[in-house]
Amino acid sequence: MELQKQLRVAPSPHLKTEDGTRSIMLDVIIALCFPLVMAVYFFGWRALTMTLVSVCSCIAFEWLYRRFTKKSSTIGDLSAVVTGMLLAFNLPVTTPMWILVIGAFFAIVIVKQLYGGLGKNFMNPALAARAFLISWPALITVWVKPLAAKALPLFGNVVPSPDVIVTATPLAKMKAGILPAAGEFSVTLRDAFIGNCAGCIGEVSAVVILAAAIYLIVRKVIRPHVPVAYLGTVAVLTFLFPMHGIDNLTWMAYNLFSGGLMLGAVFMATDYATSPVTPMGKIVFGIGCGAITVLIRYFGSYAEGVSYSILIMNTMVWLLDKSFRPRRFGVKRFAKKAKEAK
Amino acid sequence: MPRNFRGGVHPDDMKKFTRDKAIEVLPAPSEVVLPVSMHIGAPAVPVVAVGDAVKIGQVVAEAQAAVCAPIHATVSGTVKAIEPRPHPNGTNVMSIVIENDFQESWVELTPTDNLHTISGEELGDLCLKAGLVGLGGAAFPVHIKIKSAIGKVDTLIINGAECEPYITSDYRLMLERGEKLLAGVEIVRKALGLEVAHIAIESNKRDAIEHLKKLMQLYPNLKLDVLRTKYPQGSEKHLIYAVTGREVPPGELPSAVGVVNINIATAVAIADYVETGKPLLHKVVTVSGSAVANPKNLLVRIGTPFSALLDAAGGMLEEPHTILAGGPMMGMAQHSIDVPVIKGTNAVLALCKDENKFDEEQICIRCGKCVAACPMNLLPNYLYSYAKANRYEDLDQLNLTDCIECGACSYGCPGRLHLTQTFKTAKRELIARKKKKGE
Repeated sequence: MELQKQLRVAPSPHLKTEDGTRSIMLDVIIALCFPLVMAVYFFGWRALTMTLVSVCSCIAFEWLYRRFTKKSSTIGDLSAVVTGMLLAFNLPVTTPMWILVIGAFFAIVIVKQLYGGLGKNFMNPALAARAFLISWPALITVWVKPLAAKALPLFGNVVPSPDVIVTATPLAKMKAGILPAAGEFSVTLRDAFIGNCAGCIGEVSAVVILAAAIYLIVRKVIRPHVPVAYLGTVAVLTFLFPMHGIDNLTWMAYNLFSGGLMLGAVFMATDYATSPVTPMGKIVFGIGCGAITVLIRYFGSYAEGVSYSILIMNTMVWLLDKSFRPRRFGVKRFAKKAKEAK
Repeated sequence: MPRNFRGGVHPDDMKKFTRDKAIEVLPAPSEVVLPVSMHIGAPAVPVVAVGDAVKIGQVVAEAQAAVCAPIHATVSGTVKAIEPRPHPNGTNVMSIVIENDFQESWVELTPTDNLHTISGEELGDLCLKAGLVGLGGAAFPVHIKIKSAIGKVDTLIINGAECEPYITSDYRLMLERGEKLLAGVEIVRKALGLEVAHIAIESNKRDAIEHLKKLMQLYPNLKLDVLRTKYPQGSEKHLIYAVTGREVPPGELPSAVGVVNINIATAVAIADYVETGKPLLHKVVTVSGSAVANPKNLLVRIGTPFSALLDAAGGMLEEPHTILAGGPMMGMAQHSIDVPVIKGTNAVLALCKDENKFDEEQICIRCGKCVAACPMNLLPNYLYSYAKANRYEDLDQLNLTDCIECGACSYGCPGRLHLTQTFKTAKRELIARKKKKGE
């Protein structure tokens, strides 16, 4: 037999999985659609338009940046879509649209692309952008009661009216020493679990985010280390140290199901670029996130500490990977140190 | 027994193409090319001259160094040339070319009669005479393995994992030559004075497992271990771990943890030689891949050109993109199909498209899938950045030399990085630098 064409001679392996960056991002987007559905259910169509504005801005800034810097276009990897969705999910439904555009610029251009693009940024773009948007505190902390918000304009600014009931988040009530189920705008544990409470559009429904977490773990997009360590740490600490005379279990449950904890633990703390790659590093990272979250919730002036805890731990990823390397195959964990000590 | 190991990947095993194809005998070619180097170690030294008449089974190149194996004529005829010829490893290697006279005349064969009482030393010598090397692909001379195991090991493991996609040659041997296989295992076990021998098979080879289980009822000292199907289960270190729970320390041989490993085809070849006196002349080779018209398992003479195997498998459906000697995970890509089947060849694959996705853009998204996949517990993503930056001290610190080049990291990388490929080069450079420093 004779061959016509030149054979390709490359080093092994000669086989690669079909799953690429794009298919992973697509899985994350599918998982993000779980909380998006709940966001639309609780806060109306404005939750969807917010998400669309944020996603489109992120794609546009990414495309523009890559074009102006004469680099290959990367919008096809869909990572900008994920950032856009997460950015919108971390803001309340009353947020003006222009704030989202500014946030998208900061996330994509400053946090992601200036550091080299996908995989090179050291902070979660959506979270860093949210931290930056705190520059307009009054505009991104107006919380409305869910299910009563159907009259919100799709794009325009939200103006208070009898249909728009401004309320407090469960965490703010807890900070003030009130059980969320008590007093005005009562939020029962069941409400907090399914998401019938004030909050950022993507964070309210704990149950749906847990379902999304299972999807991501089954699809092998994320590993359970970080969410389990993160949620576990918050659970243990809040169970051991309840506040305001509330019983341990109730206090722990409210802490787990309220605020951005679920969204943070499942979608933000598991961000590839800004979390460790080693199994032990992931666990320590999750524990650190959990401990800082509880510290901020207990002693900080903010009611919520999820975004800052993750941003703080983001800066330690390299250190964690270096300190918690997997055990070398064929060598017992402490064998080397014992040898050196001799 | 863990029956498993940490890490690894799950590529589609692609064995369906040849799983049910019984081994067919490929007629001897008109000419065989026998490279003097088809094993790890020093090349064998030719002891015939151009024009000499040779018989099947005659030694044409002798093992004169310690780590070496002799080479036998696989056809009868005349030595046509002794010259460098293309070798599946990608270089030109001194080869003995024999023109087949189709007389099929054999040298006199001397079977070993005291099968059940041979010692380890004797078995080692027999393996050397038979020209046996590890037939799983690594091609390490078997006599050294056996001799270095005497008195040092307590466990014999027969490697039937065959974890590379497409390849079914060992699977077919287990099904079709099960008795011979068990006889071979018993010979090695008794020679080494061991209580038990393990035959380890991946769980995806159900028929072979059932078949051997039945045969093994007559052999109380043999144990069948069914392992989880996962790549690289057939890696020596990971097979030993899955069967015994012992980890071979870095840079050591399996004997360091009291284990000797032998491949299925090797065990069959040992039985063949001891019982009949026939040295290693044939190889079962799986011919498969997306470009092959009629995938097959063939019994071929060592020295047969790849092109003859591809022809026997019905030729090509379309022009192949890549031709491999061995499996897609660790096999060697070939420049040409004129290279011969050597002792370590267990598959010839023709792939029609870029299954490697070698041309896609590369970007590390730090997903950590390589870390999870690495069976040696390395950090491929960090190794990759250090290798790209030529930071050899950092590479050494992260134990780059532990890399077994199995390809699991590259296979699973969604960012399409050429991880294993980069490590192969960096590893060689690092070892060279360390040597230089040591001098």
